[in-house]
Amino acid sequence: MSEFKQNTKPAVSLSQETIDGDIATLNLGPTHPATHGIFQNILQVDGEKILSSEQTVGYIHRAFEKIAERRPYYQITTLTDRLNYCSSPINNIGYVLAVEKLLQLEVPKRVDYMRVIMMELARIADHLICNSVTGVDTGALTGFTWVFIQREKIYELYEEVCGARLTTNMGRIGGFERDFTPAFHTKLQAFLKDFPKVFNQFDGLLSRNRIFMDRTIGTGAISAERALNYSFTGPNLRATGVDYDVRVMNPYCSYEDFDFDVPVGTDGDTYDRFQVRQEEIRQSLRIIQQAYDNLPEGPYHADVPEFYLPPKEAVYNEMEALIYHFKIVMGETPVPVGEVYSSVEGGNGELGFYLISHGDRSPYRLQFRRPSFIYYQAYPEMITGQTISDAVLTLSSMNIIAGELDA
Amino acid sequence: MKAMNNNEINNVFALERLKAEFTDKILTSDEPFGLLTIEVPAAAAHEIVQWLKEDQVLRVDFLTNIAGVHYPTAENREFAVVYQLHSLVHNLRIRVKAFVPLSNPSILSLTDIYSGANWMERETFDFYGIQFINHPNLMRILNEEDMDYHPMRKEYQLEDATRMDKDNRFFGRE
Repeated sequence: MSEFKQNTKPAVSLSQETIDGDIATLNLGPTHPATHGIFQNILQVDGEKILSSEQTVGYIHRAFEKIAERRPYYQITTLTDRLNYCSSPINNIGYVLAVEKLLQLEVPKRVDYMRVIMMELARIADHLICNSVTGVDTGALTGFTWVFIQREKIYELYEEVCGARLTTNMGRIGGFERDFTPAFHTKLQAFLKDFPKVFNQFDGLLSRNRIFMDRTIGTGAISAERALNYSFTGPNLRATGVDYDVRVMNPYCSYEDFDFDVPVGTDGDTYDRFQVRQEEIRQSLRIIQQAYDNLPEGPYHADVPEFYLPPKEAVYNEMEALIYHFKIVMGETPVPVGEVYSSVEGGNGELGFYLISHGDRSPYRLQFRRPSFIYYQAYPEMITGQTISDAVLTLSSMNIIAGELDA
Repeated sequence: MKAMNNNEINNVFALERLKAEFTDKILTSDEPFGLLTIEVPAAAAHEIVQWLKEDQVLRVDFLTNIAGVHYPTAENREFAVVYQLHSLVHNLRIRVKAFVPLSNPSILSLTDIYSGANWMERETFDFYGIQFINHPNLMRILNEEDMDYHPMRKEYQLEDATRMDKDNRFFGRE
């Protein structure tokens, strides 16, 4: 019996401080209203101060990379919807761009501009959620309800383009499923007119708000060196002062045609992350305005019958269209052998698609570089020494999206 | 805004510099879709990644991602560990591939160079069973802890393997 006991580790090992009641273990999550998703953080706290934390992830892991190895290329877009579901169009178009790179496909200029408009709208929606929720976590609910009306307008624009709101499945290999509808034009013009006003009101509520500034300045800070070492990208990296933006460094979708600034912060804290996102929303608006004003005429998809579904009337009346339709739907169009890495600037940073094709109906390997997954490992370092309420605030300002975290 | 492009530091220059430093350790090199890809022995991967980070000329000091790939038919090189590195200064990307055998799928961890490698390696371990030596906390991350296999390996079919309607042979490929 004594031997048996020696080989068994105690179920819980408690330090003397814990037994004395100086240090407490606190489970923040998995389901907690303040974490806005399924995140478990096991915090060691001394009073209100966090000494260390350990995260458990994977609660909504859905094996997308495995599923992608069994699906034809055109069916994988629906998987990417569910990564960062706050900005699905960026994921969809990012994936489509990776496939187009593999196929070495040229798309018309109009498609590029249409994609830019949709991706920047998605970026605005993404940043609006992040920033307004950061406000909620400091106790300011008003701004959240305010901008959600505008986010609703963006979702209506999605509906005009693809029929869906959250899981958009937008874009096809070669372009778009349909052109911008007349209703889209009306709604986009209204949005471009109304949004800046509401957004400035929202900005006025928080940006120079004494309480908000006191709560966020110095909260959850990370230095540029540490952020780079942790492979940060996107707004969280730019908040530390590094101006890395995929749209500028490796332009895709004709981003080089547009005039916009890359905002950076200095301290990498919650306030800087908030401000960087605020400014990015303004820059996104600038890009949308430029793309919309200069929207080229022409087809809304490339001429690639092997990958782009023919119109339904043609399918019923033309032999060739019927064959293409069948081959695309069955996923039986040959794809070249190759190895591609393509990345876009997602809502959260560099969203990469590493695609290996062996010429089969499905990718041999498709890996998603998911910025949330990479950010989140820095979280303990960022909240150690802070209070629990600061930890909640840091989590929301980093914009960790559970779907992207767990793939 | 225009992309910053330093014309002197390009793939050819980077490859030559790498070859000058690691003569026999660059096994193959390629440029699929413009991305410099080198294959290195698994034992040298850590050293090369570290050198790339510390080299003041190339300054490839950003780890973009780590991916595992399973090639069940390649004997003694069943698993590939693919590191994608990025020089933010010169906008130069390098893909470093190292192959490890199924019998001993192990490679040195990069966690001492890049903190961000921690979870990327845990994910690769979780899905492919590749052991990262000197990793501080090599345990499953997305799957549950008591799972006894590594699900991204090719032998685990997603659908019923006997299903015939999606067989390559019916489409004139095999």
